[in-house]
Amino acid sequence: MIWIVFAGLFLFSLATYWLGRRKIVAATRKAPDRPHSLAGYHGAYVAIWATVPALILLIALVGFGDRLETAILAADLPPAVQALSADQQSLFLSDAQAVAQGRRASDQAYAGELGAALQATAERAGRIDRTLRWGGWALAGLLALTGALFALPRIAPQFRARNKVEGWVSALLVICSAVAVLTTVGIVLSLVYESVRFFSAVPPLEFLTGMQWSPQIAIRADQVGQSGAFGAVPLFVGTFLVMLLAMMVAGPIGLFSAIYLSEYAGRGTRAVVKPVLEILAGVPTVVYGFFAALTVGPAFRGAFNWVGSLLIGGPLDGFGQYLMTVQNQMALVAGVVMGIMLIPFVSSLSDDILNAVPQSLRDGSYAMGATKSETVKKVILPAALPGIAGAFLLAVSRAVGETMIVTMAAGLQAKATLNPLETVTTVTVQIVTLLTGDQEFDSPKTLAAFGLGLTLFVITLALNVVALRIVQAYREQYD
Amino acid sequence: MTDAALPSAGAGRPARDIRTAVEKRLKARHAAERRFRFYGLAAILIAIAFLGVLLGRIGLQGYSAFETYTVELPVYVDPSRIDPADVQGANYDLMIADQLVTRLGLADPTGDLGLAAKDVLSPDLGFQVLEQVREDPSLIGRTITLDAPIGDDADLYYKGHYGREIVEDDRTLTDQQLTILDRMQDKGMVSSGFNTGLFTRSDSTQPELAGLLGAIVGSAMMLAVTALLAVPIGTLAAVYLEEFAPRNRFTEIVEVNINNLAAVPSIVYGLLGLAVFINWMGLPRSSPLVGGLVLALMALPTVIIATRSSLKAVPPSIREAALGVGASRTQTVFHHVLPLAMPGVMTGTIIALAHALGETAPLLMIGMIAFVPGVPEAITSASSTLPTQIFIWENASERAFHERTAAAIIVLLGFMIVMNAAAIFLRSRFERRW
Repeated sequence: MIWIVFAGLFLFSLATYWLGRRKIVAATRKAPDRPHSLAGYHGAYVAIWATVPALILLIALVGFGDRLETAILAADLPPAVQALSADQQSLFLSDAQAVAQGRRASDQAYAGELGAALQATAERAGRIDRTLRWGGWALAGLLALTGALFALPRIAPQFRARNKVEGWVSALLVICSAVAVLTTVGIVLSLVYESVRFFSAVPPLEFLTGMQWSPQIAIRADQVGQSGAFGAVPLFVGTFLVMLLAMMVAGPIGLFSAIYLSEYAGRGTRAVVKPVLEILAGVPTVVYGFFAALTVGPAFRGAFNWVGSLLIGGPLDGFGQYLMTVQNQMALVAGVVMGIMLIPFVSSLSDDILNAVPQSLRDGSYAMGATKSETVKKVILPAALPGIAGAFLLAVSRAVGETMIVTMAAGLQAKATLNPLETVTTVTVQIVTLLTGDQEFDSPKTLAAFGLGLTLFVITLALNVVALRIVQAYREQYD
Repeated sequence: MTDAALPSAGAGRPARDIRTAVEKRLKARHAAERRFRFYGLAAILIAIAFLGVLLGRIGLQGYSAFETYTVELPVYVDPSRIDPADVQGANYDLMIADQLVTRLGLADPTGDLGLAAKDVLSPDLGFQVLEQVREDPSLIGRTITLDAPIGDDADLYYKGHYGREIVEDDRTLTDQQLTILDRMQDKGMVSSGFNTGLFTRSDSTQPELAGLLGAIVGSAMMLAVTALLAVPIGTLAAVYLEEFAPRNRFTEIVEVNINNLAAVPSIVYGLLGLAVFINWMGLPRSSPLVGGLVLALMALPTVIIATRSSLKAVPPSIREAALGVGASRTQTVFHHVLPLAMPGVMTGTIIALAHALGETAPLLMIGMIAFVPGVPEAITSASSTLPTQIFIWENASERAFHERTAAAIIVLLGFMIVMNAAAIFLRSRFERRW
């Protein structure tokens, strides 16, 4: 139904465009002087005034109509309902609205007085709904008409329609670029708001320094903040370990690929190898997760078990026994697969950085008789070091924020260990685990996810800001 | 490296010694050079090998899911087993299984074999009988012919994933069931073919009945929402920043913002979606609408950055020429600069959308991990998407789901390859160099 209204508005805007255009064309025929703006701008001016206010109203109605209805309903409830608790009241309201719209209500049974109240409220909800809808549409129609009637008389050859229309266009442009800022504001506000609620239950110091993480225990309200269940240090250690392992794979491979591509490879090799490496970056992370969980995990486990079986009975018997107990889910698997994912990231960033080193430095080194590798090691790398450090930091920030690979391959046990063969858990894994269960949104468990999210956001933001500064300062040095 | 140029150093020693020393050193240096070069080459080869193993392994795991075994069975709708007043109450699966055992010529005095046969067949057969009987009760007492995919374990057995060489306790199918399956194959009741069900069915708890249609439709809806929001907003924002923005506090903040937003972990966008779109605005959980909104916010920085760089590539002479003949700045940008930059904008946008298609973590946050057995009807109804379907199936315990997970990955990668190929085509076909 709402689509018909939108379509009607669209047709109305076309009609007003045509009216505005016709008026200026007719006026031009009579008057000898040419109008200030092209006919299309006059049409667009009328159409904008006819459409935009009505459109804003309709969108507001779609977005906030339900909420308004609920507020009106809640302001005047039958006495039997007012006696209920707040939660029950909101359930009652949503059920009444469901009944009014012919949807299926919740399984809650309302007996006696409440049943009658439900019927009454449902009827009221239906009435309010109809009033709001038809009233809103009528008002939108009125706005459209008023807009058109306001704009149409102003059309005249001397009217600066183009400047007016361009004013609207620039307003639209500014709004669009403000969306980027609004996103950041939204992220920060939502994270901070929920985190404040979390930290009022769990002291921040305990969250940041506590050694025990077991949110599952803390479902019971009396244990919140008392059992030390929300100590996030094991998560930070796990995240750090996986990141370190990933960088140990991605760092050397990515850097050496970049060196080879920028210093040794010919044009043809570059043209083939670069896109192939980019494919690695294009593979979705859930695919890496699948690969880690079902291929790399079992393969590593098999390999370690085999080595363990060789060691058992020898001088390293204890270590062999340990190797026999490793599981599919270990930090090493997640780290290695994440490292593979980061290779193209490191290599393309480092490649850019190496290419930014001026040719004169290379030429100087060659002129002294240095070989290519000596030039790279003694001249180019030292010169590019800040930039490469920046690139690595960006990769680190990626690794810290990466979710799917660790969710599928690292595991859930919160252990503060630096042993890559152990099962660890990370900040992102815990966010996913806490938020994908079936629990109340307000429980400390879900709020803890926002606390972790805020920590993650702050860490990655700091890494990025520092890295971007370094890279920028480095670029400027040679520009 | 400069030893050879120092004659005074060799004053006390014969020239030959210096020469051999230099040659030796040179040899070592060249060896180091070759080693270094080899490391670089090895790094690239390792990276490419990783890619090969990754894709090859997924291809190997997934290709067999595109083939499936179907069973074709005549079923006698037995009046003694069905109460016409309560057609829903009858055990059709067992009825079909018992008939199958009889048809295979096996004796089944205890009824065990019937139960065993029931487990190798798909419950879809029972559903089909129920549906037909409910529609047309006169079918009771007649024989109907049905075809349906065979049970998931039987499918794996026929495909040769495991057989009798494994100890009976270690496999899901008993010896009895394998005998039934062998006989069915001997009698020509089963046939293999392309698994159309993978594309015509939606998620199911039964692996043999699980398909990707719902996920593909969900992903398409979500991507449409993303594109409708991110492309216009991103393009216009880039136009503003590149062509109109004065140098002031506001534009500076926007610029810094965009650079940092591009590096915010995707899961944080999921938290934003959960807190703002679902809890604050009250939009429906696990809907393509919310998913599309979140992905649009994620794709926005990429679209803006790509658009800005292609706007930058349009030479200033175009702008000057347009302004010179009396166009306004808005006209210059929208009539001349933007159309010329469009191929680059489209390329960057498609790549950003392809990336958004594979994004999973934020979708988990907004509840797309739920089991959704149907095709979503609207952008506000619960839905799954290709990446979340992969995640859900990967978590399933049935072995047959692993095969299907890999197949779903192949489908997802297929879509991404098509999108990227379109972007590359656009770039090579329309991009202009000045």
